Amino acid sequence: MKQMNWKELPHAGTILDAGNAHTYKTGSWRSLKPRWIEENCIQCLFCWIYCPDSSVMVKDEKMTGFDYDHCKGCGVCAMECPGKKGAKAIVMEEEGK
Amino acid sequence: MSTTQEKPMTLKSLSHKKDLLTGGHRMCSGCGAPIVLRQVLLAVENPVVLTNATGCLEVSTCLFPFTAWRVPWMHSAFENSAATASGIETMYRALRKKGKIKKEMNFIAIGGDGGTYDIGFQSLSGAMERGHKMLYICYDNGAYMNTGIQRSSATPFGADTTTCPAGDVVPGKPQRRKDLTRIMAAHNVAYAAQASPHNWKDLITKVKKALAADGPSYMGIIAPCNRGWRCQTNDAIQLSKLAVDACFWPLYEVEGGKWTINYDPKDKKRPIKDWLKPQGRFKHLFAPGNEWMLEKFQQGVDADWESLKKLQEAFGR
Amino acid sequence: MPTATKTVAVTGNQAVAEALRQINPDVVPAYPITPSTDIVQRFSEFVNNGEVDTEMILVESEHSAMSAAIGASAAGGRVATATSSQGMALMWEMLFIASGYRLPIFMALVNRALSAPLNIHGDHSDGMGMRDSGWIQLWSENAQEAYDNMVMAPRIAEHMDVRLPIIVCLDGFIISHSIESMKYLPDEEVKKFVGEFAQLNPLLDTDNPKSIGALVLPDYYMEHKRAQHEAMLKVKKVVQDVSAEFAKLSGRKYEIFETYRLEDAEVVLVSLNSAAGTIKDEIDRYRDKGIKAGLLKPRLFRPFPYEEVGAALKNAKAVCVMDRADSFGGYGPMFMEIASALYPHKGPVLFNKIYGLGGRDLMPLDVDQVIDETVEVAKTGKVKMVKEYITVRN
Repeated sequence: MKQMNWKELPHAGTILDAGNAHTYKTGSWRSLKPRWIEENCIQCLFCWIYCPDSSVMVKDEKMTGFDYDHCKGCGVCAMECPGKKGAKAIVMEEEGK
Repeated sequence: MSTTQEKPMTLKSLSHKKDLLTGGHRMCSGCGAPIVLRQVLLAVENPVVLTNATGCLEVSTCLFPFTAWRVPWMHSAFENSAATASGIETMYRALRKKGKIKKEMNFIAIGGDGGTYDIGFQSLSGAMERGHKMLYICYDNGAYMNTGIQRSSATPFGADTTTCPAGDVVPGKPQRRKDLTRIMAAHNVAYAAQASPHNWKDLITKVKKALAADGPSYMGIIAPCNRGWRCQTNDAIQLSKLAVDACFWPLYEVEGGKWTINYDPKDKKRPIKDWLKPQGRFKHLFAPGNEWMLEKFQQGVDADWESLKKLQEAFGR
Repeated sequence: MPTATKTVAVTGNQAVAEALRQINPDVVPAYPITPSTDIVQRFSEFVNNGEVDTEMILVESEHSAMSAAIGASAAGGRVATATSSQGMALMWEMLFIASGYRLPIFMALVNRALSAPLNIHGDHSDGMGMRDSGWIQLWSENAQEAYDNMVMAPRIAEHMDVRLPIIVCLDGFIISHSIESMKYLPDEEVKKFVGEFAQLNPLLDTDNPKSIGALVLPDYYMEHKRAQHEAMLKVKKVVQDVSAEFAKLSGRKYEIFETYRLEDAEVVLVSLNSAAGTIKDEIDRYRDKGIKAGLLKPRLFRPFPYEEVGAALKNAKAVCVMDRADSFGGYGPMFMEIASALYPHKGPVLFNKIYGLGGRDLMPLDVDQVIDETVEVAKTGKVKMVKEYITVRN
């Protein structure tokens, strides 16, 4: 990304593009990666409400997967996942596997 | 207050709301604070303006030229989130009086425990006393995490921090933590409460109540920090739940002078060591010879819990 | 043609409060501190009697006063406040943030000494202590100038080329609490002169959310500061333009600094604020004796007009810079500016007197001693002590 010079800076350094951090990828921070096992998912959405990185994607009230551009692999989702009959719908796996 | 019967709040109904805090912020992996803030913002219905004290949340969510906030947001310094918000709220009233602004808005000031319990205490107290219609939220991780885990007046007894290290002579923080939520209740604010992100329904309901209250409101929300607490990155929700179940962080609210405990674990109350054990900052409390520390910690928690129950008895519904 | 004015006998504080009433800011956060308290009290009366539309925030400290001013200004309206001394010192952290965020807050600074030892009387330590905070500084000799500067302050601060906070200084007690004859402009004229204010990127425009106050790392910090410096470079012309417009309205003409019998002066004194009045009288007496004495009184101290001041002083033989503040371990703060202004010129011999700290009077005889010494320096070209205190018991 080309850096602005001082004349190009927004007035007072105010950031006018609200939420533009979305373009900044933090997915590379991960060492562990959540994997969604759809057949074990009861759509409780705990993973969504507890995600620190807004990285659980939900559409029409249903979990649809992970935003790996931003997920940092903390594992909170997997920890909180109740799964189905004791079988987790989210498991953490080593990145790159 | 709405007079129509509202639908029960469910995660499915909440999931239609756009995230007002985007991914791409630089909070540590597994941090409790953004979980708290996402839940807070799910409660907001009116346009909202946030102020943020200097701290982890502030530096990590708004690092030029990026911002993770999709709502108007302002940071000015460490100790003045409440004073800054009181300026914004007052300008809102001034412009509304003149007809230059028509819509209802909410104002939320945010600070960590250092920016709230310590350096921002005066500014918070002043803003609450003046009666600005704003909600102050302290995300409480019990130390100055942004500067590298130094003790604050919210740090629990015995904790090992970089400025009260567990040494041979002084085994961690000698003092108990300040009970800020009760101090805020003593300001006779319209609404004061404690919440925890594991109980999202309680947390979001409380934010809604606080924003609807006719006057200033305060919420203390526990926000585990895996770096400072020295636990796992996936522990944030488990440890906030344990803090509540052990009555270290009771869920309660003070509404117009009425004290209500929102969750009483009763016979499921967990011993404090269950909450302390997974946290490396309390490791030395389990060393031989330091049994007195665990006892003292437990006694303090029990005394606070009992006195809270008495407050509910005396000033409850 | 100057507009109809009303002649009144008022204190400096009263005059500043009156200017604030006429400007009618949206929000005034304030905290009491001697000797500026009186401005806040009088303004509170205006608010509670419905003479202004302003919302006041009666904060619990000056730190919160400036914090609330920053929040209110960024929210999107006109904001004013007043303070002195320790109050200014407590605001110090927030002053840099107000200017860094380019918020055109305007503030009266009723100059008072800084503790320790504790002292409530006038000197310029507070104003000099905040001179590098990125605020525009206008200094005022008397109640009239304080009033006039205050009326001009929002126009200068809010100018689109500038958008910086501004402070109007007047001497504690000597001016703030003494009654002088002066002239007020009519309310309508002031209202018209200051006009409407529209904040850039107001926070309360919630349809267009923005983030104010990002963390800026070394990759961008200097660009931010360079942009701020650019705004300061534009101030001088704006002050000149606004002052010219004000002169048409009031008949009172202000430059970026005032000169008094300076044109052909060989011995020159440089002094800020109220002491200039006494010095002018003494200059007249020396002129009568055939001594070519003159005065330069800065009005715009930040940004400092180095070129113009240098040009105005370069033909003098000796210049004594009188500082009502000290920079311990350095020369007086104004001396450093005057020396900087003169560095491109061969110019006069310079020396520095520290006077009037903590409200110590500067009497005509004290000024005479300074002029006598300046005459001597002009003759010999030699200075005994570059910096020395006067009116102090030895």
